[in-house]
Amino acid sequence: MASLKELKGRINSVKSTQKITKAKQMVAAAKLRKAQAAAESARAYAERLAGVMASLSGKVAGQANAPLLMRGTGADSRHLLVVANSDKGLAGAFNSNIVRAALLKARELEAAGHSVEFYLVGRKGRPVIRRAFPDQITAQFDTSEIRNPGFAEAERIADELVAMYEAGRFDVAHLFFSRFRSALVQEPTVQQIIPVPAPTVAPVAGSAEAVVEYEPGEEEILAELLPRYLKTRIFGALLENAASEQGASMTAMDNATRNAGDLINSLTIQYNRSRQAAITTELIEIIAGAEAL
Amino acid sequence: MPLHFELVTPAKLVRSEEVHMVVVPGTEGEFGVLEGHAPFMSTIRDGAVQVFRTEGAAPELIQVRGGFAEVGDKGLTVLAEHVED
Repeated sequence: MASLKELKGRINSVKSTQKITKAKQMVAAAKLRKAQAAAESARAYAERLAGVMASLSGKVAGQANAPLLMRGTGADSRHLLVVANSDKGLAGAFNSNIVRAALLKARELEAAGHSVEFYLVGRKGRPVIRRAFPDQITAQFDTSEIRNPGFAEAERIADELVAMYEAGRFDVAHLFFSRFRSALVQEPTVQQIIPVPAPTVAPVAGSAEAVVEYEPGEEEILAELLPRYLKTRIFGALLENAASEQGASMTAMDNATRNAGDLINSLTIQYNRSRQAAITTELIEIIAGAEAL
Repeated sequence: MPLHFELVTPAKLVRSEEVHMVVVPGTEGEFGVLEGHAPFMSTIRDGAVQVFRTEGAAPELIQVRGGFAEVGDKGLTVLAEHVED
């Protein structure tokens, strides 16, 4: 049985761990609110752009002169998996869920005879993916200097992806991130981002049927909007990811704090018991000594 | 009748208000939008959007980059990647 001093030390160390997890939980709760607000305010732009894209792509789809980003390269052999992770841990299974989804997809694609490469956003997923697919990480986007994901980052990622696509480095790109449902539920999600799938937004009643004039032509507008739409998708994913990370972190830290509390309780009981046992032993010794006289 | 004008960036809804007229710098030339404009879509070159709150008032200039304008039943919506106030 552990000595009293050892028990005391353990209780104190669990107490300080609890303080850390508690602080992290409160920080995550505050950041979650901000991240949710950011995701909320980005929705207006994304919805409007998706609406415009839906009505435009319906007209241009299927034509041979559709922009490259939309009709694809015609091949389906080289896949790029864009995996968005966070830079920090203490968020429960948040990062590993995303990575697991990505690895699953990668194995599936390889089994089907496609080649797979990874493009990583954030730091956390790298070691796991590198162990599973050692030489297939093409690039990593460093987000360690960024506090809140902004549109500028989404822009840089999208530009890089489009440049790689136009250079013929891959045929299809998938984006992995965590969709924010609530503070308790985050779903790892995969989306195809290149070639850009036509958005499935129901056309706004009335306005879609009306004759719309385009300036310049429909194809030109579409060609201009496609990269923007891609940026918006990535931006949306980054925001969802940020909110999910904070949500996951909050839940994980709440659990950790509670566990630490339970542990402290059971350790305290153990401590008190051994203290009483020690006192009883001492008393018995004294009484036995007195009787012997 | 006022025109409903919305200016949206990826980060937030910058403007949503009733104005008299908006002059937009389209890629193929500036165009003014009043209430009841026919449905119209255009890309925008980088420059200033002029917002006239009332008839004859001095325009308010909003610098936009990477923009796109859509005129529909619900008024004018300008989507811009960057806005400088």
